[in-house]
Amino acid sequence: MSPGPINIIVPTGSLGSGAVEEEVRLGVARGAHAIATDAGSTDSGAAYLALGMSKNNRGSVKRDLTILMRAGAEAGIPLIVGTSGQAGGDKNLDWTRDIVIEVARELGISPRIALLYSEQDKAILKAKNAAGKITPLAPLGALDDATIDACDHIVAAMGPEPYMAALRDGADIILGGRTTDTAVIASFALLHGAPEGAAWHAGKVSECGAQCAVYRNRGSGVLISISQDGFEVSPLSTDNRCDPDSVSAHMLYENSDPFRLVEPGGVLDVTDAVYTPVDDRTVKVTGSVWEPRPYTMKLEGAAGGRFQTLMLIGIQDPDVLCRIDEFHDSMLAGLYERARKSVGPEAGDFHISLRMYGWNAVSGDKPPAGTPAPREIGVLFVATADTQEAATQIAKACNAYFFHWPISMDKELPSYGFAFTPADVERGQVYEFKLNHVVHVDDPMELVRTVWIDLRAAEAA
Amino acid sequence: MKTVKDVCRHVRSKNAGPYWVTFDLFFDGPENFAKYSQSPALGADLMHRLFGASPDQVKRFAVPSLNVVKISYARTSPQGGEIERDMHCGQQFARLLDVQLD
Repeated sequence: MSPGPINIIVPTGSLGSGAVEEEVRLGVARGAHAIATDAGSTDSGAAYLALGMSKNNRGSVKRDLTILMRAGAEAGIPLIVGTSGQAGGDKNLDWTRDIVIEVARELGISPRIALLYSEQDKAILKAKNAAGKITPLAPLGALDDATIDACDHIVAAMGPEPYMAALRDGADIILGGRTTDTAVIASFALLHGAPEGAAWHAGKVSECGAQCAVYRNRGSGVLISISQDGFEVSPLSTDNRCDPDSVSAHMLYENSDPFRLVEPGGVLDVTDAVYTPVDDRTVKVTGSVWEPRPYTMKLEGAAGGRFQTLMLIGIQDPDVLCRIDEFHDSMLAGLYERARKSVGPEAGDFHISLRMYGWNAVSGDKPPAGTPAPREIGVLFVATADTQEAATQIAKACNAYFFHWPISMDKELPSYGFAFTPADVERGQVYEFKLNHVVHVDDPMELVRTVWIDLRAAEAA
Repeated sequence: MKTVKDVCRHVRSKNAGPYWVTFDLFFDGPENFAKYSQSPALGADLMHRLFGASPDQVKRFAVPSLNVVKISYARTSPQGGEIERDMHCGQQFARLLDVQLD
């Protein structure tokens, strides 16, 4: 690679969310050396890790991969994908691998593909924990073996080193398991000698694609250009622009600390970063600092818990609407009583909640006295129990009460608006994250497995 | 008597990983930012009162270049758990809007 800035296309905030072919072409024309994107995060909850399932649908991921793999192959530049399949577990990664192989065949290309697995073996983690190598992050406490055993899948978030190694070994496409978004994008620049502060900060700013631009709805990707004294960022869409506020404000997004970002092997400190417009679309950032720290990887573990069954009604009865809180409390008490009597001890330690959409469903708080009655509300019934069958039995037992619960006993029984039949909907398991810990490692590669698929060699064989 | 919504042009909330919730209060200019960014009304007690947060699990930062105050707290119930009503915590900001600042 010639000396000078290192240019990286970040085509989209997440693989499958809509890469734009023209933008990628423009990025290549502007001298891109690599394409990098993450493909997920923890944001959408634990189900995707627990189930090994993608949030984005297969068609969208395939569509984006087709655009990016074609561009990468034509330009001869690597495509780097992190946190494959939303959660970055082995199943999520294998799902993405199969799509990549399918696309490669359709495009008639034969890339060398590196798969970076970061799902963890429970026995190894227990040994690490016993050796004092796993420490908690607030608000969780020390880890015990039972919590490790309770998880369906556990991943450790990788830093850039496995990506750098795969690039060094000639990967055309890298599909990573769980990785920090920042590391996926920074890896190429770090391999080619970019200053660490600039490379990491560029990765952070561009992790959500065009979200660091002024107009978040115009276009999808950005180009970052990292040099010895900082980095520049500009949107790939020609009708969008970045300005110092839009770029610096991205450090606020989904972080609890706007100045310091903990990453594997160090902390990115942007307290003294300076954001300067270069032209009407581009911002230059200088003064980002990387502070090396002992190497840690964040652990994420997810597990399926109890089961839920739902029912939904709509209410327009003004007598109910002007006494909603009273209605909620009396109905909930009535449903609990009915469920206990009808299902009995076999229901176990169950839970029922009523969420009054249109009134206070999101907060669950009592609105201030005098809050005007809405014109209608939707009431969501949620039964939680140890098995799906028990949750559904509770819902069925409550059906008639939920449908007809009166606000006044002196009138005929009302009938509320059920939306569908059968009225009860089995929602499946509740999924939760169980870990918020870091594991200390001596070597960034220690908990990572790299597997190669060489389609060139496969064809020759 | 000013409330948060009187002096902020934008207030937002979002999950910051599975265990933290974060609020960004974009003040309407440097004057109100200077006047209210250190306001005790936006302290850990507020997060405790509105969200049941543990006061020692509350972080607060002033970002003068953007006229932003950022407040984060550790969630009190698991993201996506049995009683979840706002997975991404994107609607939690609403409870801040009427907080009185002086």
